[in-house]
Amino acid sequence: MLHFSRWKIVVILLTVLGGLIAVTPNFLSRETLDRLPSWMPKRQMPLGLDLQGGAHLLLAMDADDLKRTWLLAIQSDVRRVLREAKLNFTGLGQAGGVVVVRPADPKDNDAVLRELRKIPQQVGNALLGTAGADIDVRTTADGGMQLVPTDVGIQNRISGAASAAIETLNRRVNNLGTAESTIVRQGRDRILLQFPGLSDTTLLKQLVGQTAKLTFHDVNAQMTAADAKAAGRIPSGYRVYPSAEREGEEYLLRDAPIIDGVDLVDAQPGFDQRTNEPIISFRFNQAGARKFGRFTQENVGRPFAIVLDDKVLSAPVIREPILGGTGQISGSFTVETANTLAVQLRSGALPAKLTIVEERTVGPSLGADSIEAGRLAGIIGAIATVILTVIAYGTFGIFAVVGLVVHLLMTVALMTLAGSTLTLPGIAGLVLGVAMAVDANVLIYERIREELRNGKPPISAIDTGFQRAFITIADSQLTTLACAVVMFWLGSGPIRGFAVTLVFGILTSIFASVTVVRLLISWWLRANTKSRRTVEVPV
Amino acid sequence: MNFIPNFKGFDFFPHDLRLPFMRYRDIAVGMSVVGMLISLALFFTYGLNYGVDFKGGSMIEIQATKGNADVGAIRDKLSKLGLGTPQIQEFGTAQNVLIRIEQQPGGEVEQQAALKKVVDALGTDYVQRRVEVVGPAVSSELRTTGFIAVISGLLAIVAYVWFRFEWQFAVGAIVALLHDVLLTVGLFALFQFEFDLSIVAALLTILGYSVNDTVVVSDRIRENMRKYKRMDLNELLDLSINETLSRTILTGCTALAVLLSLYIFGGEVIRNFNFAMLFGVIIGTYSSMFIAAPILGYLGLRRDGGDKAAASGPETAKAK
Repeated sequence: MLHFSRWKIVVILLTVLGGLIAVTPNFLSRETLDRLPSWMPKRQMPLGLDLQGGAHLLLAMDADDLKRTWLLAIQSDVRRVLREAKLNFTGLGQAGGVVVVRPADPKDNDAVLRELRKIPQQVGNALLGTAGADIDVRTTADGGMQLVPTDVGIQNRISGAASAAIETLNRRVNNLGTAESTIVRQGRDRILLQFPGLSDTTLLKQLVGQTAKLTFHDVNAQMTAADAKAAGRIPSGYRVYPSAEREGEEYLLRDAPIIDGVDLVDAQPGFDQRTNEPIISFRFNQAGARKFGRFTQENVGRPFAIVLDDKVLSAPVIREPILGGTGQISGSFTVETANTLAVQLRSGALPAKLTIVEERTVGPSLGADSIEAGRLAGIIGAIATVILTVIAYGTFGIFAVVGLVVHLLMTVALMTLAGSTLTLPGIAGLVLGVAMAVDANVLIYERIREELRNGKPPISAIDTGFQRAFITIADSQLTTLACAVVMFWLGSGPIRGFAVTLVFGILTSIFASVTVVRLLISWWLRANTKSRRTVEVPV
Repeated sequence: MNFIPNFKGFDFFPHDLRLPFMRYRDIAVGMSVVGMLISLALFFTYGLNYGVDFKGGSMIEIQATKGNADVGAIRDKLSKLGLGTPQIQEFGTAQNVLIRIEQQPGGEVEQQAALKKVVDALGTDYVQRRVEVVGPAVSSELRTTGFIAVISGLLAIVAYVWFRFEWQFAVGAIVALLHDVLLTVGLFALFQFEFDLSIVAALLTILGYSVNDTVVVSDRIRENMRKYKRMDLNELLDLSINETLSRTILTGCTALAVLLSLYIFGGEVIRNFNFAMLFGVIIGTYSSMFIAAPILGYLGLRRDGGDKAAASGPETAKAK
């Protein structure tokens, strides 16, 4: 056990050297790193948000909102396919999350069903056995027809929307100017935003908090929203929209928009030349410009409504045809809200409303304090460990300390290479890892002492000590590893940061506290048996 | 290697010491059972003071921009907002204040609205150092995963011990671990310290440390069972605990020294975590000696099975 072949020594030393090289960038400034030759490792261990300060927002997609929009889309698909096939229908609407329709003439049943069957699409993953149609077309006993969104369809919708939302969010937050933000999907319908260094989240929340779906609608010329409500009947195809500006004011608008934000190519904040109020000027693409031009041409003198997220921003009267495809939106904007809305309109609408379900923000001063506290506690803890170990085990205690240094070095090296972030609980994990690595040496040295007391000759005592203690060390490390893996697997946030350092600590402890220390002791033995015939083990 | 001075370590431990652990096992186990019952009672009566992670709501740490924070004035301002009874306390220094707003009725949106009200009410006299808002959906998920994490941690450990030792050891380990978890939870219920995600991490680490200790003692018991085939089981358990006692104490002291340093200097944010760890290391060491080992005595161990395997192995040869 105490003999090391030459290649083994080389491997051990190279490993330690590798660790040293991997760790070095953490102690260098960015500028120094940039000046280094390209083959040198430059990866630094990123600090967690709790240490460098920053914002963490977890957003959940509103599945109900998504389903509502989808049902509307299905409804208009039904209308379109049946009209194209020139089939008459009645009672198109929604009932309990299902789109219902009824052929006007029962003779058309088969034809209508054939047309409706064109709407569903195959979605999902065939390999995972989750494939299927996104909509189920059924007939009811009383001759009606139902289009039921399937689970697979809803899942597919949600995951598609999540990816689309991430893209939109990326475009929106680009404007914040924080370089290292991350936006990732978490679970099925959640999105995690992390912004290192950002501590004021007001603007961020405004940017992500609005769907920013801009639509232009036709205003019903025959009756007002109040009339419709009084009559108790809203004309088919129309809906009551509340005003965004004035509480209680409502508009009766055609549900299907004339044109929507998809056709928008640009939106910029600006000021109205006459009133000097903040406005947003926008530009449509060609298709949009044509549609808008035709509509305004046909409706001069009548109002149309500009709707943002189902609320009417304004309902100006068309004075003259707008053919250039540009226009401006006024409302009671402030400079800030106009800016935010312009960014949102440029970046596109979110597929569904996002709600903040978790927020964790750490200001830069707390982060710096935490680093300072962690450093101080670490240094004092380390000094205490060194003193205890050297007092208890003398020269061999020094070897154990070298082992601990290697342990810490390798743990940080692994974390750096794996790109895992260092968090405050992570620092506690590192320090605790050191304390547990000491245990390996304590086990070995106590065992050596025991063997010596039992009258074994020194070298054999050392040898047996390492061998016997190794079984125990492996057992205790593996049980702790089991625990740490569970923490990593199930944990979130602080638990995970802690688990990562613990796992890396355990992985390196056998190498550092057993192999490296054994190598040191074998060198020591060689040096001391040459000079003296009998060795006294300084343990 | 001659540049390294040769000096012997200080072997503080009286190695011929033979403490009669098993003689007091009934008292120890009895005390622990009482402790566990008290913890359970505390848990069900006092309950735990859950942090925002598990209870939902908001937590805001603020720092006065000049001078000290005025807790009374903050309380006056915030109680008028109609957000329930805000908890306001000094945090670490006189400049810093921690505000907790309970979960608002409604949904996720209401929590953000409450936060905005608080921030607006505080104005510019204070800067925010930390904001944590957890909505109802996330807090209930965290509760579930936290609970599952501790249970699966326990099961993972017990499965390993069962795999490596005989079943009696696994029983001893699981009772000892439950004991550690229950007492720590009971302590948090008693003092009403905030119980959040980091405490779950602490519980899992305590499990790891405690089983580490138990495994060391168990390894020695197994070894001694092969070595001394005819020794009385209780005597053998005593011997094994005593033989590993020097290691138990040294490792325990190192861990305590490090944790104490973390507790004192590691900052306010992880103080509760470190407190749990300090308590856990002590209780985990205790439970290995006074719970896990005595249970082996109660259950009894099969003495011949291991011997046959060992008879041809190197251990017996060395013992002779």
